[in-house]
Amino acid sequence: MENLVEIRGLKVEATTDSGRRLDIIKGVDLDIAPGEIVALIGESGSGKTTIALTLMGYTRTGCRISGGSIHVAGKDMVTLSERQRAMIRGREISYVPQSAAAAFNPTKRIIDQVVEVTHIHKLLPPAEARQKAISLFKALSLPNPEQIGDRYPHQVSGGQLQRLAAAMALISDPKLVIFDEPTTALDVTTQIEVLRAFKSVMKKSGIAGVYVSHDLAVVAQIADRILVLRNGEVQEVGSTETILNNAKHPYTRELLSAFEPKPRGDNLGAVSQAQPLLEIDALTAGYGPIQEDGLPLVRAVQEASITVQKGRNLGIIGESGCGKSTLARSIAGILPASSGKLTLDGQQLAPSARQRSHEQLRELQIVFQHADTSLNPAKSIEDILGRPLTFYHGMKGSQRSARIDQLLDMVQLPKALRSRTPAELSGGQKQRVNFARALAAEPKIILCDEITSALDTVVAAAVIDLLKELQRELALSYIFISHDLSVVEAICDEIVVMYRGQKVEQITPAISKIPQHPYSQLLFSSVPKLDPNWLDSLERDPELVKAYGQA
Amino acid sequence: MTLSTPFSSKVSYSFSWVGMVGLAIIVFWAVIALAAPHIIPYPIGEIVDEDYFGPMSSKLLLGSDYLGRDMLSRLMMGARYTVGISLAAVCIACFTGTALGMAAAVIGGWFDTILSRFLDALNSIPSKLSGLVVAAAIGSSINVLIVMLAVIYTPGAYRFARALAVNVNTMDYITVARTRGESILYIIFSEILPNIIGPLLADFGIRFVFITLLLSGLSFLGLGVQPPYADWGALVHENISGLPFGAPAVIVPSLAIASLTISVNLLIDNLPKKIRDRSA
Repeated sequence: MENLVEIRGLKVEATTDSGRRLDIIKGVDLDIAPGEIVALIGESGSGKTTIALTLMGYTRTGCRISGGSIHVAGKDMVTLSERQRAMIRGREISYVPQSAAAAFNPTKRIIDQVVEVTHIHKLLPPAEARQKAISLFKALSLPNPEQIGDRYPHQVSGGQLQRLAAAMALISDPKLVIFDEPTTALDVTTQIEVLRAFKSVMKKSGIAGVYVSHDLAVVAQIADRILVLRNGEVQEVGSTETILNNAKHPYTRELLSAFEPKPRGDNLGAVSQAQPLLEIDALTAGYGPIQEDGLPLVRAVQEASITVQKGRNLGIIGESGCGKSTLARSIAGILPASSGKLTLDGQQLAPSARQRSHEQLRELQIVFQHADTSLNPAKSIEDILGRPLTFYHGMKGSQRSARIDQLLDMVQLPKALRSRTPAELSGGQKQRVNFARALAAEPKIILCDEITSALDTVVAAAVIDLLKELQRELALSYIFISHDLSVVEAICDEIVVMYRGQKVEQITPAISKIPQHPYSQLLFSSVPKLDPNWLDSLERDPELVKAYGQA
Repeated sequence: MTLSTPFSSKVSYSFSWVGMVGLAIIVFWAVIALAAPHIIPYPIGEIVDEDYFGPMSSKLLLGSDYLGRDMLSRLMMGARYTVGISLAAVCIACFTGTALGMAAAVIGGWFDTILSRFLDALNSIPSKLSGLVVAAAIGSSINVLIVMLAVIYTPGAYRFARALAVNVNTMDYITVARTRGESILYIIFSEILPNIIGPLLADFGIRFVFITLLLSGLSFLGLGVQPPYADWGALVHENISGLPFGAPAVIVPSLAIASLTISVNLLIDNLPKKIRDRSA
């Protein structure tokens, strides 16, 4: 059978600010048979999205296809005119974006946006298009398929919106659908429903797909073949089984091993002589006007009681909206708690950071998820790290300079980065600087709010290893907030599961790995595994999903 | 259309030629304003031409004005007033406005509300009208002009700086600084200002143009710089009766105002851009 897509020697170049040309895709070959789903996997900057977009003959601003051919259903997308490409886009090749929330127009009803493609290409009369959309909504197992299209994008959940975006892509019966990280922004329990819906629709209709992702476990569930990319070059191609079980290329192996960080089994002896470092007692925090009972209208965290032991780590896990970040912000005093008590090393902490003493502020540091926004883009790395040294420890001149070198060394960054600004660092480097700034204060406890979520798997694994190593050297404690169970398991001695602002369960992985609470069970079982049959064999209690799932 | 100018081995900038032309004209007028007393061919009060509204000649390069005085000398001296008063006023307006705007964004709450409403009230008075009223009420000396122009343009600078600072204020690095226990002054000048300085400089340029035009307008109405001194606006006003004769005396100061304001606009639209590509 002839291939649907044949890419030969594809090269894409980008032009930098100074007019220098840079090859970002360096000669890639790719074949896709009709009905086959091929995954493009790699870290950010590996060119996976760029390749996927060239299938539609599209490159982002500043880039251009500089060589090679892209044959899709017999036509070379490189040589077609823009007008001819527009005829193909949406009709023969369609695209499902990463963030459906950003891709939908908030002022139009969903159904109008879903059928828009049939209108543009004059494929179907409006009534038929509507019927077709509704049948797609059914196929994608959306609730109320008849009515859901009449809602506006903000009236449906994130998981539903992502499936609606898929319906938009599928309505024209395309030959090829490009999925650009469609489940990355979703919670794990939601992700399963979306993946299942995608998989069954694609199988039934026999449409070929390109699935762009950095998550090997997700890709394992849906793809027939996997293409591993790095720096715009193909590292390895193979069937999903081969890549997972029999990877040849060292980079693929690195990806695979990063996916399963070594679980934390050490320092069990410390359990007996545990000393409380941070005690959180019945903490309630939230937003909105204060009600008669003295509590805010929206209580994002309700009566949470958590204790962190000296030299040990606590993980807080839960889905978006469960209040885990609010909890971190009220511990740090950014959002003062409305009730409850915080005790750090025997001293009571004031609810607001403004009322806390210099020493208390120093002992408790917070590291945020997005290193991009937590490092001042106008300052050099030297200034960013130097400020807490001057502020807390009164360091100046050569002493300060030496300490900055030490800090960079601790987080395994070259000293040459000192004079750079954050924009000139990679994501992983920025997160290390972000962490080094917290270390500069010499704290007793560091609150890590999703610090690895924005990083690629390999980089995140390296950051986790670094955190473990620093803990051994500096006798730190971490509170590690994440939605990613494998990350939390890798570093934490205790895991707290949160749901809708409440602590549902506290698990000590060293003693028992099996969660008792039904929500924890659902959450733990929803984490994708590196097994192509995991999704098909996964059985979930429908009652449980109904009660806790938000899909 | 861009030239790369390496400022140092590490950071380089690209500066388009349009911006360079703007900068060159601004520098030209600044030099004229500074050097005017030493290079004017005739004293500005002296009647040197027998005829009024004389044409351009080798003796009088830009002709003569309505009293037969040398136009070139008067234009050069006028640059001192136009550029000097505008510059002083724009500095005061932008400094006060920016400092208050950033403070309002960081402190927030009542401070922000009261200050914003007060400056909004000030902003709602038409600028020419308030200029006319002040000039009519307390007379028009150069100091009064500077303060008046500064007060008129402070609310705009405040609004602009506040809007920029409010965005920066929500960034995580500001939260980090707050939880570190930093003072408000540190947050304003060390964390926020470096991130908004680019747009603020552009705003400074636009405001300079506005002030130059308002000053020229007031002088044209006879309420700005008073005789025997004359800025460019006053020169247009004095010589307006030369218009039917096509006298250079009325056209040249108008061109001077246009060249200064347009070149400032060209410059701020084409400020040097930092090249982010280091390995180039």
